[in-house]
Formats: sequence, structure tokens, C-alpha cells
Amino acid sequence: MSNSIQVESPLHHAQLDQLIGQSNSGGIILHEAALLGHLNLRGNSQDAEFLAGVKEALGVALPITPCSSAKSTLAQIMWLAPDEWLIVVASGSEYDVEQKLRSYLKGHFAVSDISGAQTILELSGSNVIELMKKSTGYDLHLDSFPVGKVVGTTFAKTGAHILRVSEDKFQLVVRRSFSDYVWLWIQQGSQEYGLTIV
Amino acid sequence: MLLIHCPYCEEMREEEEFSPAGQAHIERPLNPEEISDEQWAHYLFFRKNPRGLHHEMWLHAAGCRKYFNVTRNTVTYEIMETYKMGQEPNVTASKEGQS
Repeated sequence: MSNSIQVESPLHHAQLDQLIGQSNSGGIILHEAALLGHLNLRGNSQDAEFLAGVKEALGVALPITPCSSAKSTLAQIMWLAPDEWLIVVASGSEYDVEQKLRSYLKGHFAVSDISGAQTILELSGSNVIELMKKSTGYDLHLDSFPVGKVVGTTFAKTGAHILRVSEDKFQLVVRRSFSDYVWLWIQQGSQEYGLTIV
Repeated sequence: MLLIHCPYCEEMREEEEFSPAGQAHIERPLNPEEISDEQWAHYLFFRKNPRGLHHEMWLHAAGCRKYFNVTRNTVTYEIMETYKMGQEPNVTASKEGQS
């Protein structure tokens, strides 16, 4: 037996990789952005030194406007709360980015690697707005939910952070323990449109 | 369904995202060893249950997960204002009486 630990996405059992290519006419396109590095950052957004340190480490200013996001070549940052952000980095680079943040930040802050705690589901396709309307009460009109906005809200009665990547593409950050439920919900909700896994 | 303004997310959100967390502005006694059991019990257990204007804490459970304060009418469910923790309400019973 090997001593190496195999990392598994919370949707490992769904075997999404085997469903790729089985259908390509669906109105809903689902992709699991599995096993990315998730870092939870907490700190004081009024502290100029903290903001400068994060900018230095990640190459982009921390989004401090409520419900906003920012992107650099290294990381995707989502605003979660006035003193809390989610930093999504490439698979395997989370440790390096965490160390980099620690070397640039001083004083009162916290960086936690929560990569195993959640996963990201990407929804797109011609009927994606209809599926989203079934799932969340949040107003999806571009005036209230523009591209780049991230909202923590209810999704299918559970919670999710939803990032609008483009007009018809959404990223859902869901908890590990709820990911199976959300996967089943998406399957059922997209039955009338057809579901394509990519 | 109520729409509640979250002072941290700075927008109206659906009631489903929130959970109530009881009376607001309860201060922990600074000298717990010196006060009587009765005074301590009042701090721990005794809450107002007014008919009309009330200040409550609410939690934005599905959103930013921050507690904030709500001034609310317990009869009509009207929400007069929401404000951040540590801030004082603009709408109070005494001010209401004057207007």
C-alpha cells in the first residue's frame, strides 16, 4: 500500500470526470473547479499597512467594497465580510501563497487554508439564469448582480457564495458537506433543460 | 417576506438570509463579582418584550455572517432602521413620542 494521500474532491463519488462528453446539448453546463487552493483571510480593512501587504503579496488590491471581487494572475479574491475574504489560488499553490501572505503581513490578521472545506461549481449555458432563479431569491438582473459581484446568499435552501463571472456564468462556492446536495439539486433543476458536464 | 437592509453588505436582502438574535444593547456588568445574584440574573435572563418599538440584534447568517442592530415595530413588523454594532439608534421610543 502506498503511503501517499490521495486528495479527493467532495464530489469525488459523483465521478463527474466520467460524465464529461456524455451529453453536449444541455442548456446547463456544469464544471467542478475541483481541488483549488482556498485561503480564508481576515484582517482590518481600515489598516493601510494590512491592505498594502496583501496587495504586495497577491499583486492586486484587496476588494474592500461590499460584495466585490478582484483577480490577479495569482489569485481570485472574493469579499465575504468587512473583515473577511476568500482567496482562491491554483491547485497546489495554496501553501506558497499562504507563506507569502504571512511574510508580507504583520500584526493582527489570520490566514487559514480551508481548501478541503469547500468546492467550486461553475454553472453556465443558455438556461443558466432559469436554473439560478429556481435556486436563489437574489435578484439576478445585471443592475443588481453585475459581473464581478459576489453575494453570500441562500442557494437551494443552503448557503453559497455566488460570483458572477460573466453575464451567463456563475461560480458557486459551496461547503463540502452540502456539495452532494447541491449536485443533486442541480441535476434535478436542470432536467428540463439538459445538463452537460465539462 | 421581509426585505432587510444589511449595514455591512450595504443592500436589501431577503429575510431568509437572516436570523434574529434577541434584544440589542445589553451590556455585561463590568464588576460581576460585586453585584447581587438578582442583578446578574437580570443581565443573563431578563429581556424586554415590548409592544411596539424594539431594538434587536439580527445575524446575516447566509451572507456576511455579521451581527447588526435593527429597530423594529413588534406590532406592524415595520423596520425603521438597521445599524452596525457599536452604533446608537436614530429612532428611539422617546423620539417617537415627540414626533
